[in-house]
Amino acid sequence: MDVSDQNTGSSSEPEFLDHSREKDGETRDRYLKLSGLEALVVTPQSNFINVGERTNVAGSRKFLRLIKEEKYEEALDIARHQVEGGAQIIDVNMDDGMIDGKEAMVKFLSLVMAEPDIARVPIMIDSSKWEILEAGLQTVQGKCVVNSISLKEGEEDFIRQAKLIRRYGAAVIVMAFDELGQADNYERRIEIARRSYDLLVEKVGFPPEDIIFDLNIFPVATGMEEHRRNALDFIEATAWVRTHLLFCSVSGGVSNVSFSFRGNNTVREAMHSVFLYHAIKAGMNIGIVNPAILEIYDDIPKDLLDHVEDVILNRRDDATERLLEFAQTVEATKERKKEDLVWRKAPLQDRITRALVKGIDQYIEEDVEEARLSVTRPLEVIEGHLMTGMNVVGDLFGSGKMFLPQVVKSARVMKKAVAHLTPFIEEAKEENTNYAGKILMATVKGDVHDIGKNIVSVVLSCNNYEIIDLGVMVPPEKIIKAAREHQVDIIGLSGLITPSLDEMVFLAKEMERQEFQVPLLIGGATTSKAHTAVKIDTQYSASVVHVNDASRAVTVVGDLLNKEHSKAYKNGIKLDYESFREKFLERRRKKEYLTIEEARHNRLKIDWSAVVTPPPKKPGVHILKDLDLKNLVDYIDWTPFFRSWDLHGKYPQILEDSVVGEQARDLFRDAKKMLDEVIKDKKLQAQAVFGIFPANSQGDDIELNSSKGNFNFRTLRQQLKKKQRIPNLALADFIATKQSGTQDYVGCFCVTAGFGTRALAEEYEKNMDDYSAIMIKALADRLAEAFAEYLHELVRTEYWGYDAIEDLTNEELIGEKYRGIRPAPGYPACPDHLEKLTIWEVLDVEENIGVILTENLAMWPAASVSGYYFAHPQARYFGLGKIQTDQLVDYAKRKGIDLEKARKWLAPALNDNS
Amino acid sequence: MPLIKDILKERILVLDGAMGTMLQRHRFTESDFRGNRFKDWSVSLQGNNDLLTLTQPDAIAEVHRKYFEAGADIVETNTFSSTSVGMSDYNMEELVYEINIEAARIARKEARIFTEQQPHKPRFVAGSIGPTNKTASMSPAVDDPGFRAITFDELRIAYREQVEGLIDGGVDILLVETVFDTLNAKAALFAIEEAIEQKQKDIPIMISGTITDASGRTLSGQTAEAFMVSVSHIPLMSIGFNCALGADQLTPYLEVLSAKSEFAISAHPNAGLPNAFGNYEQTPEQMAEQIKTYLEKNLVNIVGGCCGTTPEHISAIAKLVIDYKPRIIPRLSATPLTRF
Repeated sequence: MDVSDQNTGSSSEPEFLDHSREKDGETRDRYLKLSGLEALVVTPQSNFINVGERTNVAGSRKFLRLIKEEKYEEALDIARHQVEGGAQIIDVNMDDGMIDGKEAMVKFLSLVMAEPDIARVPIMIDSSKWEILEAGLQTVQGKCVVNSISLKEGEEDFIRQAKLIRRYGAAVIVMAFDELGQADNYERRIEIARRSYDLLVEKVGFPPEDIIFDLNIFPVATGMEEHRRNALDFIEATAWVRTHLLFCSVSGGVSNVSFSFRGNNTVREAMHSVFLYHAIKAGMNIGIVNPAILEIYDDIPKDLLDHVEDVILNRRDDATERLLEFAQTVEATKERKKEDLVWRKAPLQDRITRALVKGIDQYIEEDVEEARLSVTRPLEVIEGHLMTGMNVVGDLFGSGKMFLPQVVKSARVMKKAVAHLTPFIEEAKEENTNYAGKILMATVKGDVHDIGKNIVSVVLSCNNYEIIDLGVMVPPEKIIKAAREHQVDIIGLSGLITPSLDEMVFLAKEMERQEFQVPLLIGGATTSKAHTAVKIDTQYSASVVHVNDASRAVTVVGDLLNKEHSKAYKNGIKLDYESFREKFLERRRKKEYLTIEEARHNRLKIDWSAVVTPPPKKPGVHILKDLDLKNLVDYIDWTPFFRSWDLHGKYPQILEDSVVGEQARDLFRDAKKMLDEVIKDKKLQAQAVFGIFPANSQGDDIELNSSKGNFNFRTLRQQLKKKQRIPNLALADFIATKQSGTQDYVGCFCVTAGFGTRALAEEYEKNMDDYSAIMIKALADRLAEAFAEYLHELVRTEYWGYDAIEDLTNEELIGEKYRGIRPAPGYPACPDHLEKLTIWEVLDVEENIGVILTENLAMWPAASVSGYYFAHPQARYFGLGKIQTDQLVDYAKRKGIDLEKARKWLAPALNDNS
Repeated sequence: MPLIKDILKERILVLDGAMGTMLQRHRFTESDFRGNRFKDWSVSLQGNNDLLTLTQPDAIAEVHRKYFEAGADIVETNTFSSTSVGMSDYNMEELVYEINIEAARIARKEARIFTEQQPHKPRFVAGSIGPTNKTASMSPAVDDPGFRAITFDELRIAYREQVEGLIDGGVDILLVETVFDTLNAKAALFAIEEAIEQKQKDIPIMISGTITDASGRTLSGQTAEAFMVSVSHIPLMSIGFNCALGADQLTPYLEVLSAKSEFAISAHPNAGLPNAFGNYEQTPEQMAEQIKTYLEKNLVNIVGGCCGTTPEHISAIAKLVIDYKPRIIPRLSATPLTRF
């Protein structure tokens, strides 16, 4: 059956309510039209419409927690991630006994409206309570979908609600539910759908195109006889509704169908795929579905497909038993599955495209060779075969059907293919002139972090940009020289530590002085739109754009280089940054600050007699050399690892995420494999140096005595005016004052897992394997963090020994459910990187383990962590916030450095007017 | 009298031009604004143009007359800010119903006179419903994006009062205009439907949004098409754009509406973009020349002027449109029944 026919109504001749047909003018079909900031029109040609469902407290425990804790910023991130991941509508549901659903709905939707990258798509307001639905409708300017109403409480309620929904200007989901209950077979589904439709169209005057039926997707293969037709009834009812109830849509939540195979994702995904394949053919056009699984129907192995189809379509009496049996073998053989080589028999271009899309590099050289022999100039293979494939990759990535790790794998295949061709191209004395643009990428002077920069480079090169990568610690004059020499179209700067921000500002100034016109991209963990708008954009009259993830980089670069629209885009960006800047500065002026004296007066006053921190069991400086990496595996916090690949979500739930889960699992498998090799072959070396010393606080300083002499850690104090009884914290507050007469202790440490990373990464890069090169760096970072966590535990339980008995799980460790903290210089509690110099002196870090500080105080190797240890039970992490000039002056004096130097290093913590 | 909906199919209708520009010529003083009735009012009333309906009714009637003379088919009532929200600046919330009913009566009287004199060209009155000075889907506080200065319900109630005044005063059309926040407009449409239902009157509705700049979006961030989708849930007589831009700059957005909407299309642009002193310099000839593009492309059914336009502008437009056919208004395929 052809879906396109049912929608237009052209295949059957319906009766008409309106007989006053006029002679002139065209007749237009009725399409479901929705809007956020942009319009979404659902036509027969539209692909299946995906509804994002993670902003649903009933469906996402994380979202529920964030709403309960009123962490709306993070809750918005979930919505944003959905939209970026390809959701064309987002479903918002606040039905939970523990929250005020109406208030939460209004608050969240109001905030969504202020985020253009989310508000772009229409909202599905989801609740079982009318008052929440109505409150939502009163908050959103676009045309929403109400989810849902039904005849459950009778016609009167149904008509009243429908009338109001139309008056508010929304479409509606109608559940197949009536006074007797939920429709659970074919006849009941069509009976309720028809009755609802007639009431809506005739009694309410509801536009039929604004009606969406949810015909109830129920599980199959439950072992219950009466569930055997569940999928089939839905599919057949869908076909009936789409043929008879003209212009309406059909939707549903797909994952229900496979409920009885929880835990076996291979089978579940196959079931979703098969179900959708048939339901879409029957006319289902909207649904809550993981977009990643939509295209794999053709890829389901024949035997599995048969078993699943038997169940979904109820083709055999013993279908359920057979699938159950088969499922066990699927699970068992999944890892050892033999590669399916049917695709190798496809035409050449299909093979090359597939190799690029799937990231398979095994056969690329032989395919490219075949392609080369078929053309006259070797360059044609790049311009033709390979670009055709990469365009498919670009489209899939752009539409949210491929994820970052896959694209990086595609790039690996592309590089191998190009490498194979290069000698022939050189021989033919040709140059690839077909690039979409030339982009210079660099991590700025004094900074060594390049994972993000490399990912952006790879993704851009996949989109046919030529990348000039200058690597890390690149001085500004070198960037400028290279930009001129290569005539680049865009310069991308990256940095992770705070001094890099100044380097970027400096470079922008320098480019302005030298009258550059080349747009500047700013990225990296420490950068922000605020800093870019306030500090960099003002220095450079050409374009400056802050780009913090790889997928956005592609669109931004495309917009900047687009011949027709770039001027408008650039003007738009300038204006955007200008207004952002104004709003930002405005906002900052509103905060109230204390003088440093007042802030000190409001310090945290700990009763030093209540808890006494014992002296360390093993005093002095200790060194751990070549720690067996095996010890660290259990301490790895994987969540940031996924984030570095643009896969957002908490580990381990991310592995089951409906949008990125499959990708996350693939990535995790590759990471584990590399990690095993690294451990087995001792490819990375982990070192640590640390010590615990007698100390007392004196004002905001911590004085410690080691065998080398006396040292001072200078700490900074919060100055933002607090609510009553909330102290203005400095780390010094966690150490007993000299006046208290209590002897206290402080520790410091540096760990690294980075030795060996560079050599490995270079080796991978030489083999054109950026995927592995980025992977090893990301793993080294995780190992260093794990080492810091591991060492902290050793210190608490053994070296310092104040928490002799500790039995915590990894989750509890990551959740920091123990006594004591290990803040790091350069991070929120103590943003001054200069303090690292003191740690280096106290511990002789460079001599002892070889970790060095760059001129801008980044640690080398990059996968290193350094910080302090505080043991008091009341010690906790906090953010310094902004400080005032009086503290800056005082701090410079305490440290014995001149004011300008202090200002430079504390810049991120300073208010602009100080 | 023929129905305006039928006339729309025959020819392009002309809407009037700016009210404010015309009233400025009188250089009314504070005491002119007050008149006798409000001479002891506690707050300054200068600038409350809508109040002139009560204190200088002849001036208002004269403006309507001039626009009818210039060839306008529809004039707008002097009620752009006449809601309790807009009038709260002058402590005049209590007067809202009276201002609206009076404004409608003044305009209706002029329309009746012209219609009697020229029965072949009946004249109509559109009740002007402005956006108010508050936004329901944007926060005025930059550091609190979730904050709203006004709710949907507050707007709905305020609009309901205005709409009842306009209907009771006899307007032929209700015009929700200068929409920069679509949620405000939806509250107005909601109130209109309630009032129409209660009074059992079928009054055609026009809606006109405002694209604020070259970004092609409304102030609240919607594209032209998204705006259209968001307000097309009730049967409108027309949808269009006005204000903020000159006729030229408005063209691409009218093209979107014309291609995608099943309603009549209206446009009442400004007389070009303002100069550095906030004045509009486009001459009637220049404006008419630009509006010619609409007609040649067959984009509109109703055309008029907004800020900076005068009877001379409207006269130039009225002379121009005679030679052109209106855009053909498409139909939606009819609603099916499900009886088998």
